Amino acid sequence: MSEGAARRIARGDWPLFEVFVRAKRGLSHVHVGSLHAPDAEMALRNARDIYTRRQEGVSLWVVRAADITASSPEEKDAFFDPAADKIYRHPTFYDIPEGVEHL
Amino acid sequence: MTSSEALVRYVLALGDDALIAAQRMGEWIARAPQIEEDVALGNIALDLLGQGRMLLTYAGSLQDPALTEDDLAYFRDERGFLNVQLVEREHGGDFGVAIARLLFLSTYLHELYGRLVDSTDPTLAAVAAKAVKEVAYHHDHARMWALRLGDGTELSHARMQAAVDAEWPYVEELFDASHADEALVRDGVAVDPGALRQPWTRRVTEVLTEATLTVPTVEAAVTGGRRGIHSTRMGYLLAEMQHIARSHPGATW
Repeated sequence: MSEGAARRIARGDWPLFEVFVRAKRGLSHVHVGSLHAPDAEMALRNARDIYTRRQEGVSLWVVRAADITASSPEEKDAFFDPAADKIYRHPTFYDIPEGVEHL
Repeated sequence: MTSSEALVRYVLALGDDALIAAQRMGEWIARAPQIEEDVALGNIALDLLGQGRMLLTYAGSLQDPALTEDDLAYFRDERGFLNVQLVEREHGGDFGVAIARLLFLSTYLHELYGRLVDSTDPTLAAVAAKAVKEVAYHHDHARMWALRLGDGTELSHARMQAAVDAEWPYVEELFDASHADEALVRDGVAVDPGALRQPWTRRVTEVLTEATLTVPTVEAAVTGGRRGIHSTRMGYLLAEMQHIARSHPGATW
């Protein structure tokens, strides 16, 4: 553990990690919550104990909360409202040809 | 000793190791360094309790008249318990001690169950098949912490080394040959405890070395858990574990 020498694991000093669980093959990883851990390896194990106790998943991701770049609530209007009146972005203007079953 | 007596004693000892280790580990719930660790150690304690229940249920079924897991867990006195003294020792609120103990115990159990899956006794083989995956995780958890505490700060290193030194004398009892009757080993029912020493030492040495810890060279403690000889603290542990069942016999909830 080369970078481990200076690792600090004092009480209350643990960073926050966000946890993502894939419920089964073919599905995406979904955010399920967060937890504290001294590092990513331990976070994965804590996530296993806390979020997959009842066989909720087949795969886990953990990401340091500090590494996530999130949109801010103040930017909500500029980010999302312009999409509200662009109905042509929804593929609803096509007539479905007869005989097409799976579209 | 008849072969069925020998089998009962062997299964009881395995069950008692798991049960008493679970009871001790459970003391960490709400006392671990972080709530995440409460859950982790709680899970490990419950895994061990599950193993203890299966083994004691089996040991009880081999006796005439048959006994239940509760008869064995709650209504046996101290001298009837055949667990090693390693698992009854107190942690003294020291997380390093809990981790050193778990590393030693889970390495032993992983080697043991890994062989017991091939037991000619189908019940033991089935219990081992379930338990071996659980203890593999316990070992991983203990290893992760041993590396971080051993190769952490000066203080964590010193405390982890002290914990390893304190637990080490109680390891020898895990390999006590008297635990498994020779005939049981010959028939492929039981695992020769002595055969686990070499792989145990190799794996634990690997972890301690990676954690920058020193492998102790201290003498083995004088113990006798496999003969029902226990330390003072065992009585207190049993009192806490057994008093409700004894105060209210037959109570259910």
